[in-house]
Amino acid sequence: MTILRDTEFLARVNTYFNHFCRAKAIEKMQEPHPFLPNLDEEIIERMLKQVGAESVSELFSDIPSEFALKRRLSVPLGAPEATVRREVAAKLAKNVTGPEALCFLGGGVAPHYIPAAVESIMSRQEFYTSYTPYQPEISQGMLQVLFEYQSLMCDLLGMEACNSSMYDWASSAAEAARLVARVRPGRHEFLVADTVGPQRLDVIRTYVEPMGLKLKPVAFDKKTGEVDTASLDANLGEKVAGMYFENPNFFGVIESAASELTDRVHRAGGLAVVGVDPMSLSVLGNPGSYGADVVVGDGQPLGIPMNFGGPHVGIFAVRDMSLARNMPGRLIGKTTSRDGSETAYCMVLQTREQHIRREAATSNICTNQALLALASTAYLALLGKNGFGKLGETILASSHYAAQMLSELDGAKAPLFEGAFFKEFVVGYKNAKAKDVYDGLARFGIMAGYPLTERFPGIGEAGGYCVTEVHSADDISRLADGLREVL
Amino acid sequence: MSVPRRFRQAQWDEPLLKDLTRKGRTGFVPPKDGKIVAWTTGKELIPASLRRKEELKLPEISELQVLRHFNRLSQMNFSVETGTYPLGSCTMKYNPKVSEYIASSPRMREAHPLQSEETLQGLMGIFYDLSQYLCEITGMKRFSLTPAAGAQGEFAGVLMVRKYLRETGHPEKDEILVPDSAHGTNPASAAMGGFMVVKVPSDARGLVSVEEVRKVVSERTACMMMTVPNTLGLFESDVAKVAEVVHRAGGLMYYDGANMNAMLGKARPGDMGFDIVHLNLHKTFATPHGGGGPGAGPVGVSEKLQDYLPVPVVTKVDDRYHFDHELPHTIGRLKGCYANSAILLRAYCYIRLLGSDGLDNVSSLSVLAANYLLSRLNPNAFPIIQGKGLRRKHEAVVSVKGTMSGGAMKIAKGLLDYGVHSPTVYFPLTVEEALMIEPTETETVEALDEYADLLNDLFAKLERGELEDEPKNTSVKRIDEVKASHPLSLKVKW
Repeated sequence: MTILRDTEFLARVNTYFNHFCRAKAIEKMQEPHPFLPNLDEEIIERMLKQVGAESVSELFSDIPSEFALKRRLSVPLGAPEATVRREVAAKLAKNVTGPEALCFLGGGVAPHYIPAAVESIMSRQEFYTSYTPYQPEISQGMLQVLFEYQSLMCDLLGMEACNSSMYDWASSAAEAARLVARVRPGRHEFLVADTVGPQRLDVIRTYVEPMGLKLKPVAFDKKTGEVDTASLDANLGEKVAGMYFENPNFFGVIESAASELTDRVHRAGGLAVVGVDPMSLSVLGNPGSYGADVVVGDGQPLGIPMNFGGPHVGIFAVRDMSLARNMPGRLIGKTTSRDGSETAYCMVLQTREQHIRREAATSNICTNQALLALASTAYLALLGKNGFGKLGETILASSHYAAQMLSELDGAKAPLFEGAFFKEFVVGYKNAKAKDVYDGLARFGIMAGYPLTERFPGIGEAGGYCVTEVHSADDISRLADGLREVL
Repeated sequence: MSVPRRFRQAQWDEPLLKDLTRKGRTGFVPPKDGKIVAWTTGKELIPASLRRKEELKLPEISELQVLRHFNRLSQMNFSVETGTYPLGSCTMKYNPKVSEYIASSPRMREAHPLQSEETLQGLMGIFYDLSQYLCEITGMKRFSLTPAAGAQGEFAGVLMVRKYLRETGHPEKDEILVPDSAHGTNPASAAMGGFMVVKVPSDARGLVSVEEVRKVVSERTACMMMTVPNTLGLFESDVAKVAEVVHRAGGLMYYDGANMNAMLGKARPGDMGFDIVHLNLHKTFATPHGGGGPGAGPVGVSEKLQDYLPVPVVTKVDDRYHFDHELPHTIGRLKGCYANSAILLRAYCYIRLLGSDGLDNVSSLSVLAANYLLSRLNPNAFPIIQGKGLRRKHEAVVSVKGTMSGGAMKIAKGLLDYGVHSPTVYFPLTVEEALMIEPTETETVEALDEYADLLNDLFAKLERGELEDEPKNTSVKRIDEVKASHPLSLKVKW
């Protein structure tokens, strides 16, 4: 059942109205406003005189009266900054996060520590309040940042070209499927491993439906949690444009035969799209090393707050320049000033994009997530070779320590799968329902054990756990104690 | 005119990160827990075969040097908080600091997308109220807040058109009408959704006329996408008649809300006959543009399409908020997680700060600013090509007169030398040598005067042939765009 229009909400709005006079804006002047410097009778009169209009409403006289709004909008009247701050803080106080809760949730977004210096860099308003660098001479700062982002990502992923950001991992994966279908015309099937994030699979389905691209699942080995190569072989064929799998996959399991998967896809004439948690590449071999043609992922672990799912940065990178010419999104390249004397950066290969190519563009994407690309660039610059490698070892150790602690509990199998893992793993429950465990832990202020049973009925009652550098041994003990209680 | 301000943008010759590297340095030390380290010692946690074989290609730089690097780069970037930025169609208005402060709360930043609804009631209440506000502002029945940007909102709209028409027995409807003045995202979204694009030429006024629509509408018409006011800044006065023609042919009407900054409290797309609306929250509702993004592009619909919206949508039952993932006809998911949630929170704050009267004032003053700036321009230098005699809404498009080609670009580059950003150039495509100027309501009249004076002065220079090598005062001189169109590399070589 759905609520279409909330009568209570409107009643509240009306109450606001009864408390204030119904002065019409502009003609009846309001108080000065901090965002509206020309909201002043004298200024408005001067401007109207210059324009040659009697009133502001005259400027809207071309709106046919049949639908010109003749009443005030039914939203609350405005409030001063201090009031709004207090009011919204009170609303947010109903959320349970941060200090009062321990979060062991993952699935593509994970709690990681964000260095204070990243926050400092993000606060630079010259980046924050600029837009797409359409005038490159006055926007070199952001352009160089995005060029550095592309470079760092390419090196991390083992790819040749990376765009300057997509919306998120899921839309990157979906656009990758569309890219693969474009460069493999006549092939109308696309394989997706059953081990990918279910929400990402949903988004891929939404994006490819209009192309007539048929998605076919590839099963996983119930013992290891890895993609089942026999299932892959059974599905491959000349109709298959490519395949998408994640590594580590949604169960946290590392695909030990990743290069065999990409080999098989390539032998069948398809392209391999790999989704990664970029944090895992602090320890694991990169997708370029095992034959990926397109790599997608989410930059959130690299210095971006979880923010209930966004904004994050969608990673989109390709193996070579021929794929780059067909990829979605903005690309930054290196050039020089016209006289050749200065190095400079600007947007390149724009003839792929909607503002030039319109209906023949590779994608409709315009506004992207550039600011979050800045966060990940600053993060990787700070951690660098030393910090990033060490952080990976910390995460690897903490997640394995946690799995060991949980495996000692009665009624739990941790990890459920035999495959190697990096920061996430699945715990199977012998006697408890996954949903009850998740809810039960929440009552102890522990967010953990995202229930997997509904989307993965074949694995029984089980939940997902994610352990990172933010978790101490004590935190992990608290998790184990909580789980003992609810199992 | 008064003597223009002297401006020199910072110029640092800032090296790339890799060139700042010196072996052994770091900008951050990750935490580790002694107990866990002790437990791990001597264990091989994953097989060596899975570990990366090569060294990480990452920089090695100390913390202060990293900060200097980015601070210097920031000084070579122009922004709304640096100066006037009247980039047409982008609504580069002031983004309230208090919204940033509120969004920096750990209760926003540390909310995980997979945590339970029980733990998110505060945030979900804000999302719910925001969607109600947007319904009221646009006159639509229901909103989904999930699209990450305007273009994703458009894609959602096109997919709803597709699904609705198929489910109501009209798969033959495979054409979407798009005015020639539309943003490139419109035809691109239509094509992504599997439709053919039929271009509707603007008339001499620069408007979509109902006569032109009648010529191209047919039983194959699935939808008409319109931007109101359009990209010339003109109100589409035939819109109701166009809607009638399209509806009579069994098609749907799509409202591109990129220019909603002119319409708040003035007129609502729902009342004009539109079935689907997307809004660009980062434009109209003042969230930072972040050097290209993030944005948010919620999509709203009329009653008959309410169950087609992208999921999830927030609902309210007995004072509890829920995510509804199972609308009966939904087009499905567009984002892996709910939405660009922290952007939604900022937009909510903006609406609360301005309120009903304030939003109305926003549109009044943005329209006044655009008309004022236009009236201050030398009409012989910057003629209006389309829509002469019509009032502008939030933006104005002029042509740079008498220039063979490249005049608009020369003017744009000339502006940069005075510490202001240029208008959008060469768009819309229907106007030659176009300058598209959107000053927004947050620029002072003094700044508008200065900008107009600069433009008039620059035109005189252009005529004298003095605008050839601009800009000269920016971090780099005029960039070689031909070289840039054949890039050798899109990344640094180590």
